[in-house]
Amino acid sequence: MVRLIASIVGAAFVLVLGIALFGSVAGVITDPVAPTAESVAHKHPKELELASNGVFGKFDRRQLQRGFQVYKEVCAACHSLRLVSFRDLQKIGYSEPEVKAIASQWVIEQPSINPETGEAATRKNIPSDRFPSPFANEVAARAANNNALPPDLSLITKAREEGTAYVHSLLTGYTTQPAALLKEFPDIKTPEGLHYNPYFANLNIAMPPPLTSDGQVTYADGTKPTIDQMSTDVSAFLTWTAEPNLEARHAAGFASIIFILIFCGLAWGAYQNVWRDVKH
Amino acid sequence: MSFPWAKQYEPKLPLTRWLDERLPVPRLVYNSLGGGYPVPRNLNYFWNFGVLAGAALAIQIITGIVLAMHYAANGTVAFDSVESIMRDVNAGWFLRYAHANGASMFFIVVYTHIFRGLYYGSYKAPREMVWLLGVVIFLLMMATAFMGYVLPWGQMSFWGAQVITGFFSAIPLVGDTIRIWLLGGFAPDNAALNRFFSLHYLLPFVIAGVIILHIWALHIPGSNNPTGVDVKGEQDTVPFHPYYTAKDGFGLGIFLLIFASLLFFFPNYLGHPDNYIPANPLSTPAHIVPEWYFWPFYAILRAFTADFILPAKLWGVLAMFGSILLLFFLPWLDSSPVRSMNYRPKARIAFWVLVADIAILGYCGGAPATATYVILSQICAAYYFAHFLIILPIISRSERPRPLPNSITEAVLANHGGTSPAKTALATSTTSPAPHAAH
Repeated sequence: MVRLIASIVGAAFVLVLGIALFGSVAGVITDPVAPTAESVAHKHPKELELASNGVFGKFDRRQLQRGFQVYKEVCAACHSLRLVSFRDLQKIGYSEPEVKAIASQWVIEQPSINPETGEAATRKNIPSDRFPSPFANEVAARAANNNALPPDLSLITKAREEGTAYVHSLLTGYTTQPAALLKEFPDIKTPEGLHYNPYFANLNIAMPPPLTSDGQVTYADGTKPTIDQMSTDVSAFLTWTAEPNLEARHAAGFASIIFILIFCGLAWGAYQNVWRDVKH
Repeated sequence: MSFPWAKQYEPKLPLTRWLDERLPVPRLVYNSLGGGYPVPRNLNYFWNFGVLAGAALAIQIITGIVLAMHYAANGTVAFDSVESIMRDVNAGWFLRYAHANGASMFFIVVYTHIFRGLYYGSYKAPREMVWLLGVVIFLLMMATAFMGYVLPWGQMSFWGAQVITGFFSAIPLVGDTIRIWLLGGFAPDNAALNRFFSLHYLLPFVIAGVIILHIWALHIPGSNNPTGVDVKGEQDTVPFHPYYTAKDGFGLGIFLLIFASLLFFFPNYLGHPDNYIPANPLSTPAHIVPEWYFWPFYAILRAFTADFILPAKLWGVLAMFGSILLLFFLPWLDSSPVRSMNYRPKARIAFWVLVADIAILGYCGGAPATATYVILSQICAAYYFAHFLIILPIISRSERPRPLPNSITEAVLANHGGTSPAKTALATSTTSPAPHAAH
């Protein structure tokens, strides 16, 4: 009885799937999927060599500081970094007084209340503060940015496929829309206020090119601030903001693997010893 | 339980004697996981995975309890509380990555455990109850994993919850009402997040309870083995401890090695980047995909694209749940008395086709729903149902199994060339010697 009912149920599912399959195949034949501009022109991020890549990866602190400088002088005008605190900067090599100075000199102040009147006010940042958002709220952010919302950058390199390479490719990927692409898809002309960038999912990004000329920031350590260098540095910095414990994780990983390998060796020896007289 | 030659627990210390007369917990452990449980001597490495699944559950419960001390189940702060675990809690990144990747390891181990049961016929008489309880554990695990994935309250959490609870709206007439009742609202929000957290904390302990029943039911007939032949005498078995505790210790080491590699070096490899974006009900991700361990079932769901008497969505939901529920009937669908596929030439081919089929379904479930993947899913989903509900019942009647060994010991000695003198499993054994090898 079970087998009879099962075969009927099975036949029903197979039948319905057969009908669905017929529809799918017919759909492919009669109405083949036309390529879209995205499927033709969208590019995967370029490889980016960073010290933090791979299982032996470590942060290059001078690079992180340069990247922080790019964030501070370029990105921070629009993008928040709300999960990172000023005190965290000590982990990339700034001293405590330097962090205090960075916090107190930060252009955007921390929202607060006036202790006398209780009215909304702002105060200077202190190291325990998170980085303040450049906009009071989402409406203000959209109003200032042609109705686009600049995403928070704290986790951006983990929130995109191949995030570190993606950030670098996106920052260096602005170009004019290829004429050949426009010829193939006449109705995808980049709208007014958007910018063509083949690394962006739908090819047109609201963010204007943020790094436009070499020397846009002046590095204290003498590194030549080319566009590629600045975008590499800020990608490295944003890798750190997304995964600040990467070095501790790698170190703990090697210690654990060595410990477990020794455990495996001992366990293997015990296993062989216990079973030495038993065929199995 | 199990065999008459099982060693008896003999408390040696005054304290253990005292305890044994009042609350014989050491005796229970001895009889279930110690020297008092005789196990076939010929188990291969696939029999490590039961213990490994237990270890994976223990890891999930321990890391989970500590994570719950720092997590806040409220839509406005849930995402940030997870990030504060990652940044500010001591070793918080370790706990969270261990818990997230531990879930994947748990499923890897359990899937291997299930496929081992399928290959070696561990679901057949007299172990049907072990199998049925196992399917219950699997269902509970899926529910727990789904609700756990919602807790970080990222984009995939939110939209996953939206899609999965949407299944209930496929039920005719009352579907939407049930969905709203389950969610506590029209869309996933605080009410849903809070109840998911509550259930996510509860269900692992329910799983632990069902595992006790699963092991209890296993100890009545004793463990199956790669030949599928019943244990005939003492020479066929060895005590669980120290023989299989030693082997499981080594297996656990390999498990931890793979787990640590994933956790410390590729912690986000099995996750989805979109879940690092806070949940946003106003912005749908380009591709909503569940975690990898649900992909085969997600592919079955999406394979039903045609209305036929019932709407396509209802077919998909019925098929997706049916694909797991049919496992409850497997012991009676496969009526062949031979357990191990090693001796079932046709069923073995069907088994490996099924493995490939599920792997392809998994790939399709993780891929975007383009025509190619939908067509592939439809073919593979059809085979999945045909395999269990039509092909296996027919094969089990029509095929001629290869001759079985007379006993486990005979099979073992045949494997070793069959020239060595018969040897009992235990050097200290006092029972009659094992029969000589067949050839």
